[in-house]
Amino acid sequence: MLRAKHKTGLVFFPAFDWAISPTHPEREERLLYTQDQVFEEGILDVEGIIEYKPDLVTKKDVQRVHFCVPDLWAVMTESHFISAGGAKTIAMAVMDKQVERGFALVRPPGHHANRVVHGARGFCNVNIEAIMVEFIRQAYGVNRVAIVDTDCHHGDGTQDIYWHDPDTLFISIHQDGRTLYPGSGFLSELGGPNAVGSTINIPLPPNTSGEGILHAIREVVLPLLKEFQPEIVINSAGQDNHYSDPITNMNFSAQGYAELTTLLKPDIAVLEGGYAIEGALPYVNAGIILAMAGMDYSHLREPDFDPVKIRQSPEVSRWVHKTCDKVLENWHQRRHLAEMYRGDYQFMNRDRNIYYDTDNIHEHQQETIRVCDSCGGALKIDSAARGMKHILAVHIPRKACETCRKQGYQWYDSADTTQYDKIYLQDRTGDVIKEKAEPS
Amino acid sequence: MIIGLDVGGTHTDVVLLGQEGLVRQIKVPTNPSDLFATVLTGLEKITEGIDPARISRAVLSTTLATNRIVQGRIPEVGMIVSAGPGMDPELFRTGPHYHTVAGAIDHRGREITPIDEDQVIKVAEDLKKNGIRYVGVVSKFSVRNPAHEVAIGDLIVDRFEKVFLGHRIAGGLNFPRRIATTYLNASVYPIHKDFFEAVVNSLAKKGLNVPIRILKPDGGNMRFDASIDHPAQTILSGPAASVMGSVAFAPRDEECLVLDIGGTTTDMAVLVNGVPLLDPMGISIGEHQTLIRSLDTVSIGVGGDSAVRVVNGKIHIGPDRLGMAMAYGGPVPTPTDAIFLLGIGEGGDPEKAREGIQTVADALGTDLQDAANRVFEQACRTILDEAESMIGRINAKPVYTVHELWEGHRLQPRQILVLGGPAPWFAKGLERLSESRITVVPRWEVANAIGAGLARTTCEVTFFADTERQIATAPEERFSTVIPSTYTKEDAIKATLDLLRRKAIARGANPEHLELEVIEAMSFNMVRGFTTTGRNIRVTAQVKPGLIHGYDPIAEKIMDNSFT
Repeated sequence: MLRAKHKTGLVFFPAFDWAISPTHPEREERLLYTQDQVFEEGILDVEGIIEYKPDLVTKKDVQRVHFCVPDLWAVMTESHFISAGGAKTIAMAVMDKQVERGFALVRPPGHHANRVVHGARGFCNVNIEAIMVEFIRQAYGVNRVAIVDTDCHHGDGTQDIYWHDPDTLFISIHQDGRTLYPGSGFLSELGGPNAVGSTINIPLPPNTSGEGILHAIREVVLPLLKEFQPEIVINSAGQDNHYSDPITNMNFSAQGYAELTTLLKPDIAVLEGGYAIEGALPYVNAGIILAMAGMDYSHLREPDFDPVKIRQSPEVSRWVHKTCDKVLENWHQRRHLAEMYRGDYQFMNRDRNIYYDTDNIHEHQQETIRVCDSCGGALKIDSAARGMKHILAVHIPRKACETCRKQGYQWYDSADTTQYDKIYLQDRTGDVIKEKAEPS
Repeated sequence: MIIGLDVGGTHTDVVLLGQEGLVRQIKVPTNPSDLFATVLTGLEKITEGIDPARISRAVLSTTLATNRIVQGRIPEVGMIVSAGPGMDPELFRTGPHYHTVAGAIDHRGREITPIDEDQVIKVAEDLKKNGIRYVGVVSKFSVRNPAHEVAIGDLIVDRFEKVFLGHRIAGGLNFPRRIATTYLNASVYPIHKDFFEAVVNSLAKKGLNVPIRILKPDGGNMRFDASIDHPAQTILSGPAASVMGSVAFAPRDEECLVLDIGGTTTDMAVLVNGVPLLDPMGISIGEHQTLIRSLDTVSIGVGGDSAVRVVNGKIHIGPDRLGMAMAYGGPVPTPTDAIFLLGIGEGGDPEKAREGIQTVADALGTDLQDAANRVFEQACRTILDEAESMIGRINAKPVYTVHELWEGHRLQPRQILVLGGPAPWFAKGLERLSESRITVVPRWEVANAIGAGLARTTCEVTFFADTERQIATAPEERFSTVIPSTYTKEDAIKATLDLLRRKAIARGANPEHLELEVIEAMSFNMVRGFTTTGRNIRVTAQVKPGLIHGYDPIAEKIMDNSFT
């Protein structure tokens, strides 16, 4: 009987009865051929590859991360409870040491969902990785976490959630934001004033192939992980860098994904995007599972795989190398950059417009963070969605210092309910969720 | 009248069933080295003085093929495998005569790489040179498009006695299991064929022209002639015989657990509204994981004759059996000895039972009564614990739709049916430890043979339609047709049930009383760009495992004069 070198847990939840809309890329059919391939290859029979049935996440699991507007039930469908639950199930299997590693092959995805949620953007409602990470922090006392997002689109939602968290290293490798949704994820995006350098963006030019992506992994991601020393490494395993993906322009392959997984050795991988449902996903997913389990994937390739056709040009290589060098330079100077950024400010503001492409919502945010040397800093977000709700959200980070905690409560307690539709509080020091509103 | 025959490790049980109920029951010792003699003796004895014309069928559950596979006493067969990209097909090697050849088909059944005819012929010549007579041919995704298997089969069929094609063996996706299952079919084929032909001929010589049917591990039977092409579908039918023996007495409107407590092992299964649950994948035998349809049963090494030991002050029961209970002259104490000592059952030499339990008591530093109690209670407790983990495992089975996960039903059986030799004794112990209702199956000691006799013919059809490619196919049934782009799930269900009906009748089912059931029916819109280009439809339907029509009066009569 075949044996996995690394005991690997798998949640496979294709949600065969859920779609954003009948012809949307995020539809019932998305993981159908992946299921066919994984079943036909007999991967689930391998000893040491264990399939788990997903549990549901609780309301609290979601509210620990998100401010859902107007409430949780408006932004979560049954399917989101399961897909986030699938990630949580895998995380528990890893943390309980039932398996060495785990892969949540679930949909719908989550990495475009911000801390404040008015609706769906980039096919995402809630951030399933963040819900999982905050759960394991709460339940298992994990502190330092690295999230490596290898989806072709910038993981802007995860970046937003961890922007001010010095204990979460978020690295996103993606197609340059000037050429692809969501149009962010540039070199200069390095994290908030209390967490400069804990957000790392590696934007790669269109037509980057395996050579370039694996260069970024070897030369940037692995050294950064080594220095950051995370207790746990998570891979947001989007599969839309594939050469056949219909909505992106990269040239990655199933072999490349498997090799990336072998190099990165994530404790937990969570599926994100990837919409070449016939030509890529069946092979990429099989490759990722085999790589996680430490099994041979050398015979795995797409039917139309042609390494010559997808080889990257010297120009692309030069661009990739230059980008990687710049990322490393920023990383090494992060403390200096933080000082310059913070200056003498006690509070810093961010003013942003956020567009929800999936639900066509325009949100305007004004964010205030308390500059703090001792913790992630108290955070206040004033958020208004055009023609919809206006809320105030206060976040007190997990390891908040007493001053920031007090600041958070002062913001929450003094907020005027007549000014907002709702006022929210996440006090992560005590895992307390509160909200208040004018009686309607 | 119907004959049911179940070959067990030590005894072979044979029953004769008629409208009057259980007409006759006998036990003959099993001779593992001559199963032919065992089966023939059983059949002769049960029919003594009975007009053969009154016997409509004999259903046999034998351990013949199972034993030969487990002992590795099967002929060398050739395998020709075309995999294409994916897992390395060398990983699934079945033996020295395993050859991989060119050819690849993708998940939708499209050809990626053609086969190489010259290469296939060279492999066939090589096999021939090595004296190979039986060959299995398997290609990846052949259940979506069998073209490569068929082409390879056509090229080599004249050179060998029998060629088995993977897609004809089972309809489900799983390439390694398809290889293993095809391999087992080819290996078991001559053994199965020779054995049953000999049985049929010998019976005929004695004037017993009884139609023979073979029990399958899914709790159904098939006609002997139909089994020739699917010989591996007859392996490991023993647990199914017992489960089917309990079906007549199971509640029709709730779930229950079945425990077949034997000398060496206890087999467990679950019945939902009287229908046994099937294993979602297929049987595992030795190192072979297969696609052979089977009831979901678990076997644990605890039975009436399990060896009882005390290690570091703790009682260990089984998993081995070293012989009969000490009360019957066995070498080591057993739960049966404890049962006799406690006065729950009677048999053998009470003095020997006492002697055996005394050694347990000494090792535990306690008195006889307490030792016997603890042995018996632990045996019962272990069975219940294992049953609970089996239920847990079934409830943890992954599902793939939001609806199933959200509305998912959890099994919670509240009744336990017990059968097997020591059933009434164990029932008393289980009653003390479990909140479930415990019922001993009537005629518990031959319920397995009754189950074999009353089981209906079962089978399954897997159907696949792709309206973009305009094909509908059920390769296992040699069915393939062109469909219009307007083809719907309802059309597919209708076609599937039609194929199933025909298959069931061909395998021996009663055309008047077919219980067909759609297990799965899914239709996916296929979207390319932003246009719907077709529908991808998958349907699976089965004849539910169950008892033949008209068994009720028989069962009632069996119930009338049974153990209570």
